[in-house]
Amino acid sequence: MQFDWSIVARYGGSFVDGAVMTLVVSVAATLIGLVIGMLAALARLSPWVFLRGVARAYVEIIRGTPLLVQLFFLYAALPLYGIRLSAVASGIVALSLYTGAFAAEILRAGITAVQRGHVEAARSLGMSYGQAMRRIVMPLMAVQVLPPLTSEFTGVIKWSSLLSVVTVPELTYTAYRAIGETYSAVEPLVVAGLLYWGLNDLVVAVGRGLERRLTRHLA
Amino acid sequence: MSRTDPVLRIERLHKTFGATEVLRGIDLSVGRGEVLCVIGPSGSGKSTLLRCINFLEEPTSGLVYVDGEPIGYRVDTAGRRVRESFREINRLRERIGIVFQAYNLWPHRTALGNVIEALLVVRRQPRATAEAVGLEMLERVGLADKAHEYPARLSGGQQQRVAIARALAMKPEIMLFDEVTSALDPELVGEVLKVMRGLAADGMTMIVVTHEMAFARDVSSRVVFLHQGKVEEEGPPAAVFGAPRSERFKQFISSHR
Repeated sequence: MQFDWSIVARYGGSFVDGAVMTLVVSVAATLIGLVIGMLAALARLSPWVFLRGVARAYVEIIRGTPLLVQLFFLYAALPLYGIRLSAVASGIVALSLYTGAFAAEILRAGITAVQRGHVEAARSLGMSYGQAMRRIVMPLMAVQVLPPLTSEFTGVIKWSSLLSVVTVPELTYTAYRAIGETYSAVEPLVVAGLLYWGLNDLVVAVGRGLERRLTRHLA
Repeated sequence: MSRTDPVLRIERLHKTFGATEVLRGIDLSVGRGEVLCVIGPSGSGKSTLLRCINFLEEPTSGLVYVDGEPIGYRVDTAGRRVRESFREINRLRERIGIVFQAYNLWPHRTALGNVIEALLVVRRQPRATAEAVGLEMLERVGLADKAHEYPARLSGGQQQRVAIARALAMKPEIMLFDEVTSALDPELVGEVLKVMRGLAADGMTMIVVTHEMAFARDVSSRVVFLHQGKVEEEGPPAAVFGAPRSERFKQFISSHR
């Protein structure tokens, strides 16, 4: 068993490009997914049956079907209806919708976990639902939801590897290509794996930093 | 105090939770500067009554008027009540302060931050103005030196006083107190009651749900005894405690000595 460093040297630049692509689609999907998740969570807690129904259907469909199928649907099936997305765009949309459904459930749990009394105190002082949500509920629930959200978003980085099948030039795609060209599987996969791990360490570090900031004053 | 100038009027208030009728027709009126103590066994509807007053609970029927304006509803020309917009409800809530048994201070804000939050968000005051008011309110409850502490660093009694300052900052016309000393260690009850006595002496209109009979006796201008969702006994404390009429009230007082 040997490790051919020349392959690493030769494909180093491509791997850096791949890692950047992985990071870009993942960060985009994380941010969009957070917004979608928050809207879906609020919708699921809304007094309006219709909104609750829509949000619930979204979560059920996304959670119940594979990301790969959703991705193919966006990339290969939608053009038949005249909607044509680039590989990167369909990748970001698919990942966002996917992580949004899981984030929705995490956020819903977080909102529910905020003590009723804290919200009532806000409302009793004349704050509107939106004001109480923004100023009181969101900061308080952030503490609860940060650890599960961090896990969720390390997932996004890993799931983004599926985007390779629709030719998004991210890490896994780069590794595939290197394997095809060098007939050597070990080096490209080890490099890709290490880079994924490194990116996720970054996600975890950001999550931990935010958590420390938020819990500073809480007993 | 005068009966001719009621700040708050409650008319035939009913509240039902599922099959349980918690309030079964309450009529009350509170004059400006009056301190009304509401006492009664647990489950008698005291807290629900307070929560209906600022619409944290929606009354099943009946109306609560503040300064002659019905809370949460408009009365249409046919005399029916029509649900008011959320904006109107929020606006009316600003005029009624409430202090809860569990303090409910927001843990991510300092004492001062708690007090000025609604001034910033609801009243849209500049931070400097809000902070001046906030410090004045904290001064009033004797906690100016704790302005920059977070709730987790304060004792129960201190947290409850901050909660009172938070409600006062909105300059409410009425203050509601929902068993505000019930969660406190006995040695901390006094400091909170002292603040409330001060408020009463300053002429604040207060409705106080309490188990502190001494407070009801000494500070209130009127006592209401609730039993099973109805006003069972009502009057000035000296009369009510001195010559209780109903058997239930006699039992209640003797168990609270």
